[in-house]
Amino acid sequence: MPPKNFELLPKAGAEGDFLEVAMGPQHPSTHGVFRMDVVLDGERVVKLKPVFGYLHRNHEKIAENTTYLGSMPYTDRLDYFCSMTNNWAYALSIEKLAGLAVPERAEYIRVITGELTRLLNHSCLIGFLLQDMGALGTPVMYAFREREKILDLFESLSGSRMMCNYMRFGGCRCDLPAGWIEEAKQVADNFPRFLDEFEKLLCENEILMARTQGVGVLPKELAINAGVTGPMLRASGVNYDIRKVDKYGIYDRFQFRVPLGDHGDTYDRFMIRVLEMHESAKILQQALKDIPSGPIIDPKAKLRGFRPKAGEAYGRIEAPKGELGFYVISDGSPNPYRYRVRPPSLINLTILEDMCLGNMVADVVVILGSVDIVLGEVDR
Amino acid sequence: MEALEQIKSRVEAAVSGAKLEIIRNDSPSGQHSLLLDNAHALAVAKFLRDDAELRLDYCANATGVDWPEAELTEKIRVKKIVDGVEKEVEEVKKTLRPGYLEAVYHLYSMEKKHGPVILRFRTENRTDKNHLPSLTPAWRSAEFQEREIFDLYGIVFDGHPDLRRILMWDEFKDFPMRKDYVEPDDYEYEPTPHDEVLEKVKQHQAEEVKA
Repeated sequence: MPPKNFELLPKAGAEGDFLEVAMGPQHPSTHGVFRMDVVLDGERVVKLKPVFGYLHRNHEKIAENTTYLGSMPYTDRLDYFCSMTNNWAYALSIEKLAGLAVPERAEYIRVITGELTRLLNHSCLIGFLLQDMGALGTPVMYAFREREKILDLFESLSGSRMMCNYMRFGGCRCDLPAGWIEEAKQVADNFPRFLDEFEKLLCENEILMARTQGVGVLPKELAINAGVTGPMLRASGVNYDIRKVDKYGIYDRFQFRVPLGDHGDTYDRFMIRVLEMHESAKILQQALKDIPSGPIIDPKAKLRGFRPKAGEAYGRIEAPKGELGFYVISDGSPNPYRYRVRPPSLINLTILEDMCLGNMVADVVVILGSVDIVLGEVDR
Repeated sequence: MEALEQIKSRVEAAVSGAKLEIIRNDSPSGQHSLLLDNAHALAVAKFLRDDAELRLDYCANATGVDWPEAELTEKIRVKKIVDGVEKEVEEVKKTLRPGYLEAVYHLYSMEKKHGPVILRFRTENRTDKNHLPSLTPAWRSAEFQEREIFDLYGIVFDGHPDLRRILMWDEFKDFPMRKDYVEPDDYEYEPTPHDEVLEKVKQHQAEEVKA
């Protein structure tokens, strides 16, 4: 049965015949359950509508029916690659709402785990992007080899490899285990070596350049107006990194650059991620060197029976995929009156059609890969 | 960035007929917001986007909130004659707040690197007068988010280029994020190991309360 909500183009007319193709929901390039209704003129894309909702669990409703702390584990399942940063964004918005302070050591731990998350997200994205281009298996395996090391660290810290559920309002759940900092230092020191290997193998690879340069160009003004954030925005040359703009946590203490792209094409989006990983490794080295001892949670922060005063707050962080924000309204009861996730994956997709128009159908797969979506976050 | 009062007066001067109100937020976040009148919402949005001082070129977040009809209680002090003497007495004043749906927008500036400025506007009621102007013509980023609000809250955005359900399927009738939404109860129930855990928790908590 043809999708009801998709308006077909006028049938064969002066322009010729069009072919309507539903890419997905089960397609190797759609990273889960996501459909693109594409209208093709020959091999060129003339129309594209993203369709999602296959994974919708109404995370927001669940959170409104549970306590503030009760929805922390659900945030892990939004962008299941980056549970640490999801926790962080939620904790940050509640800290704003309730006016909680975070101890120094916890801030350092948050930066360290957050940047480790960025490393694992970007390296996996590059692996998947190459897979979308037809390099089956190998790049993903290289990326997963690095990811495993980071997941080992997360496991020894939080007890879980993917669904960490580690941050708490006003700090973190538990302190770092013995020897963790040394292991993390090793990962941070070795990561640039992996990046060099990756760069040597890929950045000047002829096939990669041919398939990505000038493909899916996203102009600066359009990117801003469409609310695109994260590496995708910076690839279009907009200098906007929430770590620098809002200086949340303790990001003002670290030296790092914000890499920017020139053309806003798929190649730039790929390269920005490689460069960002170099910067993340630098932040990690600084944070691991300076981490102080002390408490890891604000003693005043109440976890059970937590009832913030009536009011609202919007907190946001620079998650690996872009701006991850939480908007919470409290009416003074133990559960949030309104709980909203501002997901970067969903909003970055707003512009997918514009990026794909005029490109070949084979490029759609690569362009979608360079957007970096996780369907758990798109659908919630 | 300018203070909200200043933004309000500048907007009212620039957009003729626009009436704004500052909604205070007393939580530690201190994020106050501007309540717009629906007729001028889009004009105000375009002014905020294009104004050289503000340049709120980036709409980060757009979302809906449901406020069903509710009885609000408020303690007030009134003068009353008690036993022939005038006294100030505390009384509970009850007011009925009519229900409405609300759309909230968080705006930032990528050029000037400031924000947020929070806009909100409200429908007349929750049933038939549930139309609001779409801000997608001002910020493309509102496109999917307004579709989401339409899908989950039932606010109809006039002027939206492509207002369809986005997360629920087309045949779905209700608006699941509304406060009075009744979940379907036709699922099959089977006892699970969690039932025992639940009982344990209840017992544990009952003992805690006693202690």
